[in-house]
This record gives sequence, C-alpha cells and structure tokens, in this order.
Amino acid sequence: MHRVVITGLGAVTPLGHTVAEYWSNLKQGKSGLGPISSAVVQPDDLQPLTQKVVAEVKEFDPLKHFEERDLPTLDRVSQFAVVAAREAIAQAGITFDMPLSLRTACIIGTGVGGQTTHDDCMRRIYYERKTRAYPFTIPKLMVNAPASQITMICGLRGPAFAIASACASATHAIGVAFHMVRSGMVDCAVTGGTEACITFATVRGWEGMRVMAPDACRPFSIDRKGLILGEGGACLVLETLEHAKARGASMIAEIAGFGMTADAGDLTAPDEGGMSRAMEGALKDGGLKPQDIQYVNAHGTGTAANDTTETKALHLAFGNRAKKLAVSSTKSMIGHALGAAGALEFVAAVMAVHDDIAPPTIGYLGRDPSCDLDYVPNEARTMPITAAISNSFAFGGLNAVLAVKKFS
Amino acid sequence: MTDVTSGVLEIITKKKRVDKPTVELSDRLEDLGLESLDAVEMIFDLEEKFDIEIPYNANTNNPRTEFDTVAAVVKAVQAIVDKKESKAS
Repeated sequence: MHRVVITGLGAVTPLGHTVAEYWSNLKQGKSGLGPISSAVVQPDDLQPLTQKVVAEVKEFDPLKHFEERDLPTLDRVSQFAVVAAREAIAQAGITFDMPLSLRTACIIGTGVGGQTTHDDCMRRIYYERKTRAYPFTIPKLMVNAPASQITMICGLRGPAFAIASACASATHAIGVAFHMVRSGMVDCAVTGGTEACITFATVRGWEGMRVMAPDACRPFSIDRKGLILGEGGACLVLETLEHAKARGASMIAEIAGFGMTADAGDLTAPDEGGMSRAMEGALKDGGLKPQDIQYVNAHGTGTAANDTTETKALHLAFGNRAKKLAVSSTKSMIGHALGAAGALEFVAAVMAVHDDIAPPTIGYLGRDPSCDLDYVPNEARTMPITAAISNSFAFGGLNAVLAVKKFS
Repeated sequence: MTDVTSGVLEIITKKKRVDKPTVELSDRLEDLGLESLDAVEMIFDLEEKFDIEIPYNANTNNPRTEFDTVAAVVKAVQAIVDKKESKAS
C-alpha cells in the first residue's frame, strides 16, 4: 500500500475560476448565488421558471481556454473539467510524458454529463421541429465526455472512466482514484467532478421535486427552505508519495481514507445509518479515530431532511466527539453542484487542512433544535486542523466520504 | 359531488398505501399511508388535473398539518380553482 498525496488542485466555481479565488472567497464567506443568467435559454412563449436563484459559474468565457474550432465537441461540463484539470496539473508541475502517461488514471464524476447539449438537442428536435441534430451531439453529451476530454487534452493513457452517482459522483470518483493509486495500479491520477446542468428543463425538473429554496441556501439553520442548484468543476492530482518525492513535488495534503455505503432504503429520503457507516468507513480506511478529525465539510444541502439526518449521522459516527467538530456547508456559498459537489467541497476541505481555516456556513439565522452541532456560522474560523472529512450523500441512497490529513 | 371532490378522491384513492376499499372526505392522509414523496406526487397530479399551481415546498410545508384530511385537500384545491375561474371570467 502506498501513501497518496495531493500535489495539485484546480477549480471552476460560482466563486471564481481558480482555486486561489475560490478559496479566498470561501474564507470571506462570500455568496456565489444570483439570478439565473440570460445564457440559460428560456423560450419566451413558455411559462417562466418559478425558481429565480441559482449558483452559476459567472463570466466563464470558453474562448479564453479553448480554440473556437474545438468548442463544437466540448459541452460546458467538459470545459469546466478540462480547465480545472489543467490548473491542477500546472500546480503539480507535472508533465505526462511516456511512460508516466501510461501509469496515470483519469476518473471524473458527473451526475448527468452534457445536459446543455442534451437540452439543446431535445429543444431542436421536439420544439423547433428541426430534422437534423448537431453532428457531435452524442459524444458531447455522453457522461464520460469530461473524463475523455481530459485524457485527450492532457495526454493521460492509463485507466479512465466516468463515475455517476448523482450528488456523490465526484466523491466516489476521487475515492476510487485514491484507491487505484494507493494499491499501486497507477502512479498518478487526475480526478474530480464536474456538472453544468442549469438548463430550462432541468430547473423545471428540480421545481417538480419541490425541494429548492426561493432565495438562499441556509444549511442547518432555522427557517432553511431547501437547496440552491449550482454548477462547476474541480480536479486534483494524486500521486504515490514515492513518485511525488522522486520528482521533488510539494505536497498539499495526504488523502487518508475513503468510505462508501448504500442505504438500500428510500429513493430520495436520507438515512442516518447509511451516512454514518460511510463516515466510519472513511475513518477506518484511513486508520483514523473520531478524535483525529477537527473539521467536517458537510453534505449540508439546506433541505429540512438532509441537515437533520446528517446531524444524527455525525452523532452516530463521532459519538461524544461530534460536538467538538467544526461542521460547515460550503453549499451555502456555492449551491449544490450535484455531480461536481464532492470535488468542489473536497478542495475546500483540503485547503481547510492546509491553511488551518474552517470555511463558514453562511446565511445561518439561528439554531434549529434538530441541528445541534457547531456549524461555523457565518464567519470562517482559524483553528488547528490536522484532518478533515468531506461528506457526499446522493439521491438513490448512495453515500461517499473522503478523509484528508496534513502531510507530514 | 363537485368535480374537484371527485377528482381529489380519485387521485388520493390511487396514491393510498393502506387496504381500505373507499376513501372518505374525513380520512386523514396519514392514516391512508401517504408519505412526503406521495404528497409531492399527489400535488403534481392535482395540478395536472385541474391545470392549477399549488404552492408547496417540501422543506417548509407539512402535508400532515396543512392537508390533514381529504376534505382539507378538496377545500384547498377548490379555493385555487375558484380563484383561477374568477380571474378568467
């Protein structure tokens, strides 16, 4: 078994298009939420969306990152993934020449893949009644497109595939990549998650679930009204410690453990048993005890059900240590990026461990009796953090938890 | 029986999860085994059937208190239908 270190991070988020900008804004408790932009096609003869607020990646100009001739094959979801991967690879200072290219994995999580492309095609065929679809519709919307685009653009020739587990996709992807590196199957991995599904029809779909807040996402707070949809992409470069040392890389942090479970219960209702078993699994996998963890980046969607159930699960997994934890939900600032959420949030957890700062839960109005932990309300906190976990819990009852610790 | 009453009874009869031959106006949704996900589906069916919008957020509305009985659902739907018809005329 190899130790696995993180040597590069990249992120495209509603709070900035680089990790530096994203982390700086998270620490300042800034909100990335805002009105749905005009880039989301809203046919004017259809009833407007009821939902007005989302967390979009703002002012993202694909031409700053790609040649115009390459864009017909790159959905927004792949663009986010590639931009984040390039940033992570640049920070790691690594080039994927032979033979390293053959020994590098690329595992990318996404909930639905190229949803903008899918939406455009459906509108064109059913609504505009066009007889032809754009030629690259299919390879642009496929769920593995982000992973494939990274391998092509960055030259990675090892194991590569997509992982789809709704809101836990990215956490599952990073966890699987971590285990592949730890086992020695590969020396290096580029991994993370991406999502870009804020389209007219997708938001309508979410309206149907009746779980979105009209204005703000207030995880664990009284008067929380639900989640806010987000989007973005984040990637990490993972390496075996030997590989990183041999090339003189600087280590950002070490991935310690990964746990995953299924509730085998309800399609949408969360389950504290499945959640807590995933957290316990991540600790056990990393040889960690509850008292080793100081910070939890919670799943914290801001729905009534998740936040109460996640709180119960933290009590189950951490026992009398639960009340000592700093637990925050960065979804309060970046919304719920679904298949990318686990990657955006794991980057936040890695930076929390690196900088000894717990990012806040903003929009917190006061204590809900069923949420009785320390949620780092409204302001970031400087505190010693030697290890943290990052939680992701998906519709379908699929749970994934990563543990990260300081490199020493 | 009004259209709304028969429509609501039909939808709730389809959604109930207990073995009870007929649904009565006095039945409580909880006793019919309707859970929160069923409530979201029921509200969708009602909206489709009567072409209305029922404001409902699963985080802040509680179907068990706001739509306690079948009669309460009928009353709520009737109010929205009446409002829509008075606007149209």
